[in-house]
Amino acid sequence: MSSTAPTRTPHANSPEPHAATAPAVAVKGVGKTFGATEVLKGIDLTVPAGATTCLIGPSGSGKSTLLRCIAFLEEATKGTITIKGDPLGFAEAANGQRTRLSPQNIRSVRSRIGMVFQQFNLWPHMTALGNVCEALVTVRKMKRKEAEERGMAQLSRVGLEHRATHYPSELSGGQQQRVAIARALALDPEILLFDEPTASLDPELTGEVLNVMRDLAGSGMTLLVVTHEIGFAATVGESIAFLDHGRLLLNGTPREVFGEPRHPRLAQFLETYLDRGAATLL
Amino acid sequence: MSFKLFELMLWAAGYTVVLSAISIVIGLTIGLCVCAAKLARSRALSIPATVFISFFRGVPLLVQLLLIYNLLPAIGISVPSVVAAVIGLSLCTAAYQAENLRGGFNSVPKGLLEAADMVGLSPWQQLKRIRAPIALRLTLPALVNEAILILKASSLISVVGVIELTRMAQNLSASTYRPLLFYSVAGGLYLVICWTVAGGGALAERLTRTSRA
Ligand SMILES: Nc1ncnc2c1ncn2[C@@H]1O[C@H](COP(=O)(O)OP(=O)(O)OP(=O)(O)O)[C@@H](O)[C@H]1O
Ligand SMILES: [Mg+2]
Repeated sequence: MSSTAPTRTPHANSPEPHAATAPAVAVKGVGKTFGATEVLKGIDLTVPAGATTCLIGPSGSGKSTLLRCIAFLEEATKGTITIKGDPLGFAEAANGQRTRLSPQNIRSVRSRIGMVFQQFNLWPHMTALGNVCEALVTVRKMKRKEAEERGMAQLSRVGLEHRATHYPSELSGGQQQRVAIARALALDPEILLFDEPTASLDPELTGEVLNVMRDLAGSGMTLLVVTHEIGFAATVGESIAFLDHGRLLLNGTPREVFGEPRHPRLAQFLETYLDRGAATLL
Repeated sequence: MSFKLFELMLWAAGYTVVLSAISIVIGLTIGLCVCAAKLARSRALSIPATVFISFFRGVPLLVQLLLIYNLLPAIGISVPSVVAAVIGLSLCTAAYQAENLRGGFNSVPKGLLEAADMVGLSPWQQLKRIRAPIALRLTLPALVNEAILILKASSLISVVGVIELTRMAQNLSASTYRPLLFYSVAGGLYLVICWTVAGGGALAERLTRTSRA
């Protein structure tokens, strides 16, 4: 996949799981504190490869923080995260001691993860195509022409090849988010993380982004999606994780999680969606 | 006014432009370094930068010029007055430009850098490809403004004996007894220079703007 093959760090305690069978992401005992506030309280979560996992939960429950730890934009204060079996950021020795991995190792493991943000975060001084090609040229050292061909292919994958020369300020929110998805896809990530990708979009633009994500899910990519779109989670998600107050309360198939009898906290959380008609989708 | 005298005024205006331009370029370079030092995590860098900025923003330029002009010979460095003048202008504008640049760098949304991080850009590549271009675009209007201020403030260097536009007008007024004429011509020339800079700035903004709408 990526041109820079990650160097495996041998585990002292457990035998290295084979990459083909290892889950896309394995989160073990991850805790995160900001100052005195404990935001994540020992999360264990397995994200299966080739499937869509949706992370739901009330506001402030720690969804973004968990996703950002998996992206290594935030460093977990406890526990370990592995990407297809390779430790991300820290390796844990037999005695539970965490040691920080080398920057090269961190970069190479991280390069297998793509991320799509709520605020799109497109670079305003580059065109749509420029945004998509930037890392191909700067990081992957591709020739400009080759990168642009690849960039155009990604833009057409999200239905925006006719907007290639537009700047972000000339695109609608939905189009900007699709460019951001194309930018992440261009690097051929093994796992694509989404943090509320439609939360800052008008309702009529939400659909076009969700459709692109549905296509990606159908193509067998590994997606981990933090979302408030319960309908999307219930229909596209193959695995649902419900986070509440920094703990993973539920994790299973949509049927297991949403089906009766419901966990009281989940039932309470879903109440807030009933008036939006999402319940009919369940 | 004879053509000969007008030519002298034009020559002085050119001198003002050249000295200001040199000061702005040197000032921008120093300003970038001071800005980098001020943004650095190490206090050994950020504290001197803060001191530099507060001194050169807090002391009147006229006083700075007289200080430098008198200080250099006192510590055994003899330089032509024009060099002292350029040093003074450069250091003064550096302090302002450092602050403008810092504002620009701090206004780059954090999310844009996280996005760069996620696609694997190294810190240096992020600076070169994302932070600096966005920060400079955000700072451009303030930098043009600063250039215009320096052009006008350069009239102060006449106090250390540099014959730039204002000093030339003064000299010619004294020798011809026609101050109104020469100060009017000087004012007109300053206006033309500043309009040109402002126009250039507007053009630069148009060329670097990121939408054709
Ligand atoms: N950088 C930070 N510093 C301090 N506290 C933080 C920081 N980031 C998040 N928090 C706190 O951590 C808690 C969880 O935040 P997080 O953003 O992960 O929640 P969330 O589940 O994504 O919520 P939402 O649905 O509103 O996006 C919140 O109480 C928040 O205030
Ligand atoms: Mg969030």
